[in-house]
Amino acid sequence: MSLQDISAASSSNALPEATQEDAKPHGSANASAAKFSLIRRMMAVPGLLPGLTIIGLLVIWELATRIFPIPSFILPAPTRIGGAIDAVSAERWLDHVWATLRVALIGYLVSIAIALPVAIALTRSKVVSACLYPILVVIQSTPVVAVAPIIIVILGSGDAPRVTITFLIAFFPLVVSMTTGMMATPRELIELSQSLKAPAWREFTQIRIPYAIPYIFSGLKISITLAVIGAVVAEFVASSLGLGFFIQFSTSNFKLPQAWLGLGFLVLMSLTLFNIIGLIQRLFFPWSIPKDAR
Amino acid sequence: MTQPRAISFESVGQVFETDTGSLEALRGVNTTVERHEFVAVLGPSGCGKSTLLRLTSGLLKPTCGQVKVFDYPVVEPRDDVGIVFQKPTLLPWANTIDNVLFPLKHRGGFVSREDRERAVSLVKMVGLEGFETRLPEELSGGMQQRVGIARALLMDPDILLMDEPFSALDALTREEMGFELLRIWQERPKTVLFITHSISEAVLLADRVLVMSDRPGTIIEDLTVPLERPRTIETTTTKVMHEFAGYLRSLLLKRAA
Repeated sequence: MSLQDISAASSSNALPEATQEDAKPHGSANASAAKFSLIRRMMAVPGLLPGLTIIGLLVIWELATRIFPIPSFILPAPTRIGGAIDAVSAERWLDHVWATLRVALIGYLVSIAIALPVAIALTRSKVVSACLYPILVVIQSTPVVAVAPIIIVILGSGDAPRVTITFLIAFFPLVVSMTTGMMATPRELIELSQSLKAPAWREFTQIRIPYAIPYIFSGLKISITLAVIGAVVAEFVASSLGLGFFIQFSTSNFKLPQAWLGLGFLVLMSLTLFNIIGLIQRLFFPWSIPKDAR
Repeated sequence: MTQPRAISFESVGQVFETDTGSLEALRGVNTTVERHEFVAVLGPSGCGKSTLLRLTSGLLKPTCGQVKVFDYPVVEPRDDVGIVFQKPTLLPWANTIDNVLFPLKHRGGFVSREDRERAVSLVKMVGLEGFETRLPEELSGGMQQRVGIARALLMDPDILLMDEPFSALDALTREEMGFELLRIWQERPKTVLFITHSISEAVLLADRVLVMSDRPGTIIEDLTVPLERPRTIETTTTKVMHEFAGYLRSLLLKRAA
């Protein structure tokens, strides 16, 4: 990046610079300009600033555990957590990750597959909406964690109860976002569809559902993280595999560092899935993202 | 043998049942529109102008009376009627050409090469050459409405229904679009039913102006615009236009007072 580029970039974003200079009346203008061009350059690298922030926090965390006498079962040092990677074999780790990931993904896909027709039914008919919506709200208001043991009893062991629990957690935001999106379709387009005497299903495939895409993706992003939560909740209740099970097992054996590491993998999984959904939206539906956010 | 009338309203009345009671939108509307005539409907907001248009399009059935298009009662949406809405309401994910082709696709029709070429020439005719592959968000309000007009013309309808199509545009663009519409109308003669609440727009564009009363809406005046065609920017400054517009204004204001 040339000097011209940097100065052009800074002039295009004059407001923060001005406030910053107001705050530091004593610093020389040149020095502060140079400093800001460095921060701007760092901002240009995606993920650099948040990455540095996280590294900084980890360093503080590490130092804190070394300086202060904090027992490792309360807060293990990051290095000790990292060291816990050897606690189980790599294959075992993969088994845990895959078990959780599989349940989360199946539950997620089931949620989408059920939410879409439900949303269409809610959009199409006021009667269906009046009948179904209160039931959906009741389901959403029921604490799934409390229902989970009951579901396990009903559905037994295996994936079915876990997928069901995941579905119950991930389903509602999807239905709400899909319905809201389909309802938000301009009346004129619906009238255009009617004036063309198109069959009702095509009103959905060609107008309402595409129109709902921005809303649907908001729902998809919320639900994917909820799906991971659902899978973990299911593992807490009954399981012998998966990251949720691993965390519970490790804490009950006072092996806190490896519990923390399991948590770290869970966070990483959620983040990755969330970003994949965002990536799919950017790749296939760029028009559905507000211009400023692209 | 006389040509059938493009549109005729025979003692049309429209009552809407709402949660708060019934609302009489139209009462005793009687009028006809000849083929290739440009008729503007002028009236205060909420006087049922749009209802008139929706009745003609077949989206709505009259509570009483009859609406006929080419001598046949309107019982369902017709193929030979194109609609331009107040807002362009394009599909945000489709480019100009695909938006213009949308009616064809939405009917489930196969989009042939000829159809695509027709869309391209329509886009050119409405003055959007070079913007064929742009998304609506990349177009200005006026350009979006041009796409809306091209979309309405795709099926080459005999009748074009326009519901305050330029009211969302700024004053300058609005005037420009008026002249554009006249040019398009001269190139492709259509029967136009043009809803507006702008007196000058109605006078500049139409052969006839129907003035509507407040709710329940009915036609209180049916006036032929005393202006020669083709109409140009010079037309807007003529004395005849001013006097006619002034007369319409006094009519509308008298009703309001």
